[in-house]
Amino acid sequence: MSYAKAQSKNVVWDWLTTVDHKKVGILYLAGGAFFFALGGIEAVLMRIQLMFPDMAIVQAQTFNELLTMHGTTMIFLAAMPLLFGFMNFIIPLQIGARDVAFPFLNALGFWLFFFGGLLLYVSLFTGGAPDAGWTAYVPLSSNSPGQGLDYYVLGLQVSGLGTLIGGINFLVTIINMRAPGMSMMRMPLFTWSSFVASMLILFAFPALTIGLLLLMLERLFGATYFAVDFGGNIIIWQHLFWIFGHPEVYILILPAFGIFSEVIPTFAKKRLFGYSAMVFATLIIGFLGFMVWAHHMFTVGMGPVANAIFAVATMAIAVPTGIKIFNWLLTLWGGRIQFTTANLFALGFIPSFVMGGVTGVMLATSAANYQFHDTYFVVAHFHYVIIGGVVFGLFAAAFYWWPKMFGYRLSETLGKWFFWLFLIGFHMTFFVQHFLGLMGMPRRVASFLPGQGLDAMNFISTIGAFLMSIAFIILLIAIFASTKNRDNVQDPWDGRTLEWTVPTPVPEYNFAQTPLVRDLDPYWYEKHEGDGKIKAAEPLGEIHMPNATVLPVTISAGLIVASFGFIYHVLPLIIGGFIITFGAMFVRSIKEDHGYHIPVDVIKRDKEEGK
Amino acid sequence: MKYIWRLLPISFILLLSGCGVENLSALDPQGPVAEMQYSLIQLSLYIMIFVLVVVFAIYIFVIVRFRERPGDTHIPKQVHGNRTLEIIWTTIPILLLLMLAIPNVMDTFTLADMSVDGGVEDGEEIDHVRVEVTAHQFWWEFEYPDLDVVAGQDMYIPTDTRILIELQSSDVQHSFWVPALAGKQDNVPGITNEMWLEAPEEGVFMGKCTELCGPSHWLMDFKVIAVDPDTFDTWATNMAEPPAHLAEPEGQVAVDGRGVFEESCISCHAVGDEGGNIGPDLTNFGEREVIAGYLDYDMDNLEAWLRDTQDLKPGNEMPSFNEEAINAEEMDALLEYLDSLKILEE
Amino acid sequence: MADHQAVEKQTLPPNPEKATLDGRNKYLGFWFFLGGETVLFGSLFGTYLGLRGGVVDGPGPADLFHLDLVFIMTMILLTSSLTSVFAVINMKRGNYKGLLMWMWATVALGIAFLGFEIYEFYEYYHAGLGFTTSAFASSFYTLVGTHGAHVAFGVSWITVLLIRYKSTGLTLTNAPKFYTAVLYWHFIDVVWVFIFTVVYLLGIGG
Repeated sequence: MSYAKAQSKNVVWDWLTTVDHKKVGILYLAGGAFFFALGGIEAVLMRIQLMFPDMAIVQAQTFNELLTMHGTTMIFLAAMPLLFGFMNFIIPLQIGARDVAFPFLNALGFWLFFFGGLLLYVSLFTGGAPDAGWTAYVPLSSNSPGQGLDYYVLGLQVSGLGTLIGGINFLVTIINMRAPGMSMMRMPLFTWSSFVASMLILFAFPALTIGLLLLMLERLFGATYFAVDFGGNIIIWQHLFWIFGHPEVYILILPAFGIFSEVIPTFAKKRLFGYSAMVFATLIIGFLGFMVWAHHMFTVGMGPVANAIFAVATMAIAVPTGIKIFNWLLTLWGGRIQFTTANLFALGFIPSFVMGGVTGVMLATSAANYQFHDTYFVVAHFHYVIIGGVVFGLFAAAFYWWPKMFGYRLSETLGKWFFWLFLIGFHMTFFVQHFLGLMGMPRRVASFLPGQGLDAMNFISTIGAFLMSIAFIILLIAIFASTKNRDNVQDPWDGRTLEWTVPTPVPEYNFAQTPLVRDLDPYWYEKHEGDGKIKAAEPLGEIHMPNATVLPVTISAGLIVASFGFIYHVLPLIIGGFIITFGAMFVRSIKEDHGYHIPVDVIKRDKEEGK
Repeated sequence: MKYIWRLLPISFILLLSGCGVENLSALDPQGPVAEMQYSLIQLSLYIMIFVLVVVFAIYIFVIVRFRERPGDTHIPKQVHGNRTLEIIWTTIPILLLLMLAIPNVMDTFTLADMSVDGGVEDGEEIDHVRVEVTAHQFWWEFEYPDLDVVAGQDMYIPTDTRILIELQSSDVQHSFWVPALAGKQDNVPGITNEMWLEAPEEGVFMGKCTELCGPSHWLMDFKVIAVDPDTFDTWATNMAEPPAHLAEPEGQVAVDGRGVFEESCISCHAVGDEGGNIGPDLTNFGEREVIAGYLDYDMDNLEAWLRDTQDLKPGNEMPSFNEEAINAEEMDALLEYLDSLKILEE
Repeated sequence: MADHQAVEKQTLPPNPEKATLDGRNKYLGFWFFLGGETVLFGSLFGTYLGLRGGVVDGPGPADLFHLDLVFIMTMILLTSSLTSVFAVINMKRGNYKGLLMWMWATVALGIAFLGFEIYEFYEYYHAGLGFTTSAFASSFYTLVGTHGAHVAFGVSWITVLLIRYKSTGLTLTNAPKFYTAVLYWHFIDVVWVFIFTVVYLLGIGG
C-alpha cells in the first residue's frame, strides 16, 4: 500500500481496520467505558433492591444474574480494557517508540475482548444471563440450567485470549522498542507497572483458559472433572480460578499504581521518591501475587497448615504495598502540590486504598477470616481496593492524559464536582458494608430480612450508590461540555515524561525522530538541564508504518460464530466459525505485508504545522 | 493528648459491639470460638488503626503543609530517595504483621483441633456431641450419629458442651455460618469438613448459608438452639423414639390431617421414624420458630407456603399444593396436625 | 527496507531469524507465549494429577497403558525434534534446500505421531474408557488431547510455511517464521516428555 492510499479511508472502516496503537487504545477506552456503564447500571439495580429489607424489585434469580454480570463485567470487560486503553496509548509514547511490537496482534487483542464481551451480553436476550457469580463455582455453575453459563465460558474464553495477546504485546514492546537511553531503570513507573502486570497476565490467564475449557467440556460435552459421582473434584475449579483470580487483582491494581506514580510527581513538581524501591516493590507484589491464591479458600477445608502458610504469605504483601504508600507520601513531602482533578483522584486514592489494604490484612488472618469470608465485609474490602485503587487510578489517568489523547482538557470545575461526589458516594456506599458483614449479612444475597439489624446501613449504602451515579453523570457532562478547551494541550501539566513532548494530536508515527533519553523523567531533565527540547537519536528520514487490516475483526468474528455453534450444538456453525478464523490466520501467514512508508516531506510539513 | 490516642480504638470497638442483633452478629460473640475470632479481629483492628493513624497523620500534614500557594512558582528540590527511611518503613510493618501472624497461626490450629481427649492434666474426655450437617438446596439436615437422631432446620445443642460438626453437601457448595457462635466452614460436595463450637448460655442463634447456592441462597437460614443438657437429652430421646401422638394424634381433625400427611407429604418428609428423607425431618415441626427457614411460624404463613412454595422460596424442590391437590378442609386438618408435632412439651 | 527479497547467501547475517526488529520481536514474543503455554499445560497436569484416582467403575491407568506403544510415540516425537534441529542448522548455514527437507521430515514424523495417538485413543475407547466415563478419563483425554491438538496445529503451521516458501529461498522475513515454528515444535516435544513421565510411567508404575 502506498502512503497516499493509506491516508484515504472512510471513518468506520478506518477504525475497524486500524492497527495504530493510539486508535486501538481509544477503542479499548470506548469499549471499556461501554461495559463500565452496563456494569454500573447492574450495580445500581442491585443497590435499589437492597435499599429496604425484603424488596422484590427484581426476582432472586434475576438478582443472581445481575451480581454475576456485574462482577464479570467490571473485572474483565471494564477495568482491564480501560487500563489497556491507557497502556496502549501511553506506553509507546513513554518509551519513545513509534508503535507497539505487534500492531496486528494488538488490534486482534482488542477485537477479541470486545466481541467476547458482546457475546457474554447476548445471554441477556436468550433466556438468562449466567447466575453463578463471577467466580462460577462448580457444581452450581456446571449444573446451572439454560445457556447463561455457556455464554460466560465462551465469552470469557474469547476475551481472555485477547487479554493474553495484549499482555505479550506489551512485554515485547517494553523490552525491545525502547528509545536509545531509555534503560529499564529509566522507564516511567506506569510503563514498569504495566510490564509487571503483563507478566502476571501471561502467567495467570492460561490457568483461567484451562478452567474455562474444563467447565465448557463439562457443560457441553459431559466431561466429569467436577462430577463427584464420577470421581470428580470440585476444589480443582477453585484452585484454577484463584491461581488466575488472585494475580488478576494485581493485574488491575499495578497499572493503577503506575498511574499514581506519574500523576503525583507531576503535580507535586517533584521527582518520584525512591524510584528503585518503587520498582522493586512492584516486582515483589507481582511475585507474591502468585503465592497467595488459596487465601480465597480458607473455609473450604484445606487444613490448618495450608491456611497458616497462605495467611502469612498474604500478610507479606502488605510490606511492599506499604513501601509504595510511604514513597508516594514522601514524593508529596517538600513538593508544591497542585490540586487538579487528576491529582485529587491520586490524593483521594491514598487514604481510600490504605483502608482497603488494612482490611486485606484483616482478611488474611485465617482464623478471623472464618467470620469475614463471603460476607459483606469482603464486598467492602474489594470495592475499597478496586474502586479506591483501580477506578480512582482510571479517573486520574483520564483527567491527566485526556488532553494528549483527545485534544482538549476536561473541565476542572466539573471535574472537582465529580471527584467530591464520587469520593463521598464511594465511602458512603462501602464503609458501612464492613459492619453489615460482621453483623451477619452474607454476600450475594438477593435481599435481606427485616429485624436483623441490617436495615439502616443498607439504606445508607444505597444512597451512596446514588451519589456515585450522579457523579458519573457529571463526568459524562464534563466530557461533552469541555470540548472547547483546546488550548494548551501539548504539555498542559508541565509534564516530566516523553508523552508530553509529542504534538497534540499525536501524529501516527508518534516521534518524527526517535528521542534520545538522558535521564529518568527525560522531558523534565531537558527542561531544567537542557534547552527544553528532547534530543533526537536519529536523523529525519522515512518512517515505516504497518498497513491497516480487517483480519483481526475477521478472526474474532469467526470465533464468535464458532461460540454460538458450541452453545447451541450446531456443528456447521462451529466448523464455519473455525474456517473463518483459521482462514484469516492462514491469509495473514502466507501474505507478506510490508506496510508503507511516510515520506520525509510529510513529516517536515507535520512538524511545521505542529508548531 | 495521650489519652485521646488510647481512647480512639476503644471507642471504635464500643461502636462496633453496639452493632447488629445479639443472636446474629459476629461482633457480639456468644461462645468461645466466636470470642476467639472476635479478639483476633480486635487485635488486627488495633494494629490496623495504628497504621491508619500514622499514614493519615503524614498524609494530612503533607497536603496541608506543601500545598501550592497563590503565586508560588518555586521548583521543589528533586529528591531521589532515602535508604534509611526505606528500611524503617519496611521493618516496622514486618514487626506489626508478626504481632498478628503468630496468634493467628495458633488460633488456626486451635480451631482445627477436633480432639476431645481433654489435655494432659485431667485426662478426661471433654463432653461432646457429634453433629453431621448436610446442606441441601435450600435447607439444612442435622444428623446426630451417636444419638440416632435426624432433625431438619433447627440444630439443638446442649449448653457447655463441645459440638463437633462434620459438614457435607448433597448438591452444590454451601457454607455453614452461625456468626454469634463460630465462623463458617464450607459444605463441599464430595468432601467432609470439620469444625467445632460451644454455647455456654441457652439461646437461639441465627445461622446462614454464605456460599451462593442458587436463587434462594438468601433464604437458606437455620437456627442453632442451645438448651440445657437435661432438655437436650429429652429432646434427643424423643427425637430418636418419638412419642405416640406424632403418628396417632388426638382429635379427629388432627387424625384427618395425619391422613393428608400420609397421602401428600410422607414420601419426602419424615415424622418420627416414618417417612422419606428428601425434605427436612418434621418430627418437631410444631416447635419451629419459622417456616421454610424464614417465615414467621403461624398457620397463615404455613398455608401460604404449602400453596405456593416457588413463590416463597424460588428454586426449591418442594412441590406446591393447590386446591385440587389439597382442598381447604384437608388443608386445615393438615395444618392442625403439623402444629401438633411437638416433642418437648408434655 | 527490502527485507522481503531473497538475500544472497554470502550477505545473510549469521542469525537471520534475529536480524530485523520484527524478527527479534517475534522471537521474544514467542518465548513469552511459550511461558504462557507452560502454565496452560501446568494447569492440565495439575488437574490430571488431582483426578487420576477418580476411575469409579471405568478402567484405570494400569488397565490401559502399554509402554511399547507410548515408547514408540516418544521416540517418534524426539526424533522429530532432532530433525527440526537439523533444519535450523541448515538455515544458519544458508542451505535452504536442507532446511526444507528436514522440516518436511519433521512434518512427516508429526503426522506419524498423530496417527499413533488416534490409534491409542481408539483402543482406549474400545476398552471402555469414554470421554465421560470417569473424572480420570475426562482429565486424561483433555491433557493428552490438548497436546495432540498442539501437534496437529504445529504440523499444519509448518506445512503452510513449507508450501508458501517452497521456492523463495531464505529471507529475513521467513527465517523468523521457521525459527519460531521450530521453537514451538521443541516445546510440544518437551511437554510430551512430561506426559510420558507423569501420565504413562506413573500410571503403570505408581
